[in-house]
Amino acid sequence: MTTETPLRVLIAKPGLDGHERGAKVVARALRDAGMEVIYTGIRQTPEMIAEAALQEDVDVVGLSILSGAHAELFPRVVESLGERGVTPDDVLFFAGGIIPDEDIPALKELGFREIFRPGASTRDIIAYVQAWAAGRSAGGEAAGSEPGGESKNAS
Amino acid sequence: MTAPSGPPPDFPNAPPSPDVDDLVGRLLAGDRRALSRAITHVENGRPEGRLALAQLYARTGRAHVTGITGGSGAGKSTLTYRLALEQRRRGRSVGIVAVDPSSPFSHGAILGDRIRMQELTSDRDIFVRSMATRGELGGLAPMTDDVVAVLDAFGKDVVLVETVGAGQDEVEVASMADTTAVVVTPGGGDGVQAMKAGILEVADVLVINKADLPGADALAQQLQAVTPRDTHVPIVRTVATKGEGIGELADAIDAHREQLETSGDRERVALERARRRVLARARQRLLERLIGGPDGALRLDRLAASVAARELDPYTAAQRLVDGGS
Repeated sequence: MTTETPLRVLIAKPGLDGHERGAKVVARALRDAGMEVIYTGIRQTPEMIAEAALQEDVDVVGLSILSGAHAELFPRVVESLGERGVTPDDVLFFAGGIIPDEDIPALKELGFREIFRPGASTRDIIAYVQAWAAGRSAGGEAAGSEPGGESKNAS
Repeated sequence: MTAPSGPPPDFPNAPPSPDVDDLVGRLLAGDRRALSRAITHVENGRPEGRLALAQLYARTGRAHVTGITGGSGAGKSTLTYRLALEQRRRGRSVGIVAVDPSSPFSHGAILGDRIRMQELTSDRDIFVRSMATRGELGGLAPMTDDVVAVLDAFGKDVVLVETVGAGQDEVEVASMADTTAVVVTPGGGDGVQAMKAGILEVADVLVINKADLPGADALAQQLQAVTPRDTHVPIVRTVATKGEGIGELADAIDAHREQLETSGDRERVALERARRRVLARARQRLLERLIGGPDGALRLDRLAASVAARELDPYTAAQRLVDGGS
């Protein structure tokens, strides 16, 4: 009776840039992979994103940003999430967008496990999320034990 | 995500697990993360959800549940958002359950109702939860009534349930809502469409949204003509995007609520609803007993193969499934 419960994913765009095509493509791809995707639209404040993650009890938070303000906004999103008990310990944080090499270590430090940049395929993103979920349900240890991981930088 | 080990506990004999006690305790203390997690357990049909609900159920029945249904693009999300603001203005805490369809192919879903409700997230007394239909027909998600019960037990004064874009048959919400608001819009032959639909018959309040569009007067006349005169279903005009008519809508809902209280209908409706819920859960438990375990699933597979091969007819197969033959 109880079939596999769908993963719940929040896809959100913090900040003021209105370029949501990438976020929508990712949302649809994850939907087509059988996930329930809560899409909140553009111009989200960190508090809005954190509230949505809390109320929807999501397994995954994916942030999309093209404005270049990630270094400023992402820490505030993570802080707001943390204030509500949503932490990278049990929720997968990932990000996508135009993010330069030199910014990636800091984002990983914040708890973003993977950064998908222009050219990354939706198949990569789906596979990454599914592998994370499989690792989590296999005992929750896999999450911490993955190798440092190069960021996806398909050309 | 992992399946719980062992069969789901029986009720009410199962010993309450300390984790569930803790969850329920935190929920009743106002912890919104506990509320959110309890809803997840309930939505996923997990034993923790059943146990939590068993503890919470005595505290339900206080919230006024308002169903908001109507066609795709009628403005249900925006209307729900405005109504939530109005209820807050009246000093009531608000829970919202917004249902969107699951894909029949991938079983995934895009839950996008929050897009129209962004301003609500700054108010701690509004809790919005999106649900996917997960294959359920009728315009709701399978566990919507139980999720509403959790919000009710949490202490929400009002719970708004927004259905998927309903066609002519998505009237399930009326069986769980105290007040059902049906939203129609001018244009597109809505009046006649609505007449065909059972959707009009379940309305306690009719809402003409986008009432600033041409055709609103004609629609109001049509609706008046087809609404049974003795039922006095009020027709409210709104322009949800501008917040117009929302106070009148809230008034109409309050009036219906009062009418339920004073006429004694509330008890009758509650009894009917309880009966339906018991039956629905009993059906579910019977099915679990039949095909929940690995043996049962295997038996179903075998019987299905026989039916597909035309060796058995579906009735005989069903009888064997129930009676234990193979």
